[in-house]
Amino acid sequence: MAEIRVNPTRMELKKLQARYQTARRGHKLLKDKRDELMRRFLEVVKRDKELRLRVEAALQKAYARFDLASAVTHPKMLEESLLLPKKQSELRVDYRNQMSVTVPDFSIRESTVGGSDAYNYGLAFTSGELDSALFELGNIRRDLLTLSAVEKEAQLLAEEIERTRRRVNALEHIMMPRYLTAIRAIKMKLDENERGNITRLMKVKDMMIAAQYKDHQEEDPADAV
Amino acid sequence: MYKIGMIGDRESTLCFLPLGFSVLEAETAEQAAKSLWQLAKSEEYAVIFITEDLALQIPEEIDRYKDMPLPAVTVIPGRKGGRGYGLAQLRKAVERAVGTDILK
Repeated sequence: MAEIRVNPTRMELKKLQARYQTARRGHKLLKDKRDELMRRFLEVVKRDKELRLRVEAALQKAYARFDLASAVTHPKMLEESLLLPKKQSELRVDYRNQMSVTVPDFSIRESTVGGSDAYNYGLAFTSGELDSALFELGNIRRDLLTLSAVEKEAQLLAEEIERTRRRVNALEHIMMPRYLTAIRAIKMKLDENERGNITRLMKVKDMMIAAQYKDHQEEDPADAV
Repeated sequence: MYKIGMIGDRESTLCFLPLGFSVLEAETAEQAAKSLWQLAKSEEYAVIFITEDLALQIPEEIDRYKDMPLPAVTVIPGRKGGRGYGLAQLRKAVERAVGTDILK
């Protein structure tokens, strides 16, 4: 593992300790963020799954109705009757902040030309099956948009979770151990210096005592018994 | 105000016309990719639906919009029926977030 190389001084030690504390605090915060994101993500996924199953089933039903309609109507006629929609769907997008992830919310507003009914064809040359197929589709349109929004939310949350997880892991397994080893190394070095200093002082003191003792003896030999 | 786009084969998309969706017909993968690119580039479309048969042929193009807030590219089954591609995508997202597939 790559180590942080620093001068073994008290100054560096303090700096490293402060950085370690910051890393630890960040790690804790990010871990909490990840857990909360995960909780919300799983909720979204559950909703998404239910919604998708429901929408897909409804869509199949609508398609089946439509198949019926196209069976009894001439393809050209069918196309002609659907080609010019009277309705104009306008989509409003609102953004919502979900744990610092910006997710879109869709709401639909439709304006019909001339404020008339939903069907853009005359009833004389089309079948009733077509009406019911369109009715069916109109019913699931809102669900389709919700599905789209929920799915997007799931994807965006997944990305954020992945990123947060990487950051948590990087702090936990790389940054924090590195700081710890560096701090330990500096402490050991400082302790070693301290011990060296004490030994040196003791040695000097011994030498001084010995010297004093010798001086004293030379001055007054009679005292030395 | 945004619009809603729909890309798919003629049969599947026809019935979405009266709903006020902007429909782009595509029969081949190239056409679908081009249409998707056009819709996304115009930045007028917030939601783009694409049928499963086409989506299966251009997964990279769809993944490109995954991490952007807009547009939301949503895969729906076409007239020929679904093969569960939408759920597979959800499963992929779960795998990405959790690290393992917990949706069984």
